[in-house]
Amino acid sequence: MSTLQHVITEALESGDYSDLINRIPYARTLGVECHRFGDDVIFSLPARESNLGNPILPAVHGGVIGGFMELSAVLYLMMAQPGPELPRIVDFSIDYLRAGLHKDTFVACELTRQGNRVANVIVHAWQSSRQKPIALARAHFLMNGQRPVESK
Amino acid sequence: MTEENFLLSRVKRFVGSLAHCRLLGVTVVSAEPNSLCLELPYSEAIVGNPDTGVIHGGAITTLMDTACGSVVICALEDFELCPTLDLRVDYMRPARPGEPVQARAHLFRQTQSILFARCEAVQGERTVAHCSATFMRIGKDASPKAYRDYITSGTAMENS
Repeated sequence: MSTLQHVITEALESGDYSDLINRIPYARTLGVECHRFGDDVIFSLPARESNLGNPILPAVHGGVIGGFMELSAVLYLMMAQPGPELPRIVDFSIDYLRAGLHKDTFVACELTRQGNRVANVIVHAWQSSRQKPIALARAHFLMNGQRPVESK
Repeated sequence: MTEENFLLSRVKRFVGSLAHCRLLGVTVVSAEPNSLCLELPYSEAIVGNPDTGVIHGGAITTLMDTACGSVVICALEDFELCPTLDLRVDYMRPARPGEPVQARAHLFRQTQSILFARCEAVQGERTVAHCSATFMRIGKDASPKAYRDYITSGTAMENS
């Protein structure tokens, strides 16, 4: 069992995900937080100067919104389907619907389909209201150490 | 050559104006009409898996989004901010820990209202990810003149 997986197991047992997020440097860099409401999980990205792209609006960098959504999907999958390894991302597709302004951003994930090898996750991101999404994304993951076949 | 240098300066000022790119240390390697290359240095801050040191896909997404968004500057005569409509990334293989990742973006179609870009993230000859992105043209008047002047000619922005 990897050290990260040990932290995941502890997070699942205690319901406190801060240790897990703190173990992932990229999550710390963005400032991702995780909130649990019963079985539901909402991730948040508090407004932070260093996450800005467009300095004029100002707006959160589109890549940060994408990265935050991708990271949320990974964490969500680990909670939904604990396994010996981190899910590996295959592809990620995001539609930007509104500018992500310089304020807190929230994300909720939905496991659309969980197969033996591949999982499909839909990710919703919003700021002022969940009814006004700023971005929608979907991603495919290879589960539990499945590796793409390397052909040279 | 002169045109390349002038595009390179514009792209450098644009990328430098993005706070998150400054944080990640993204640099501009080259810029020419309709294409460019950016580089993301390896750092602990972008690691997604602490057990392996592999950087998180999100950092590659940010690099490719920036590369596709900046290549717009290499294609349009005047600077315009063009919001991203959508972005799709295919991850070919994990990036090797400890090595920088370069993003080579190419603008392959532009219309009055939409721009289409593609980008490849590489480590040497090794492709890490592919990306395809679409941008919307909202006109140059949608961004303040001071910012446009700063990007195009480097004149200081008085209001910031």
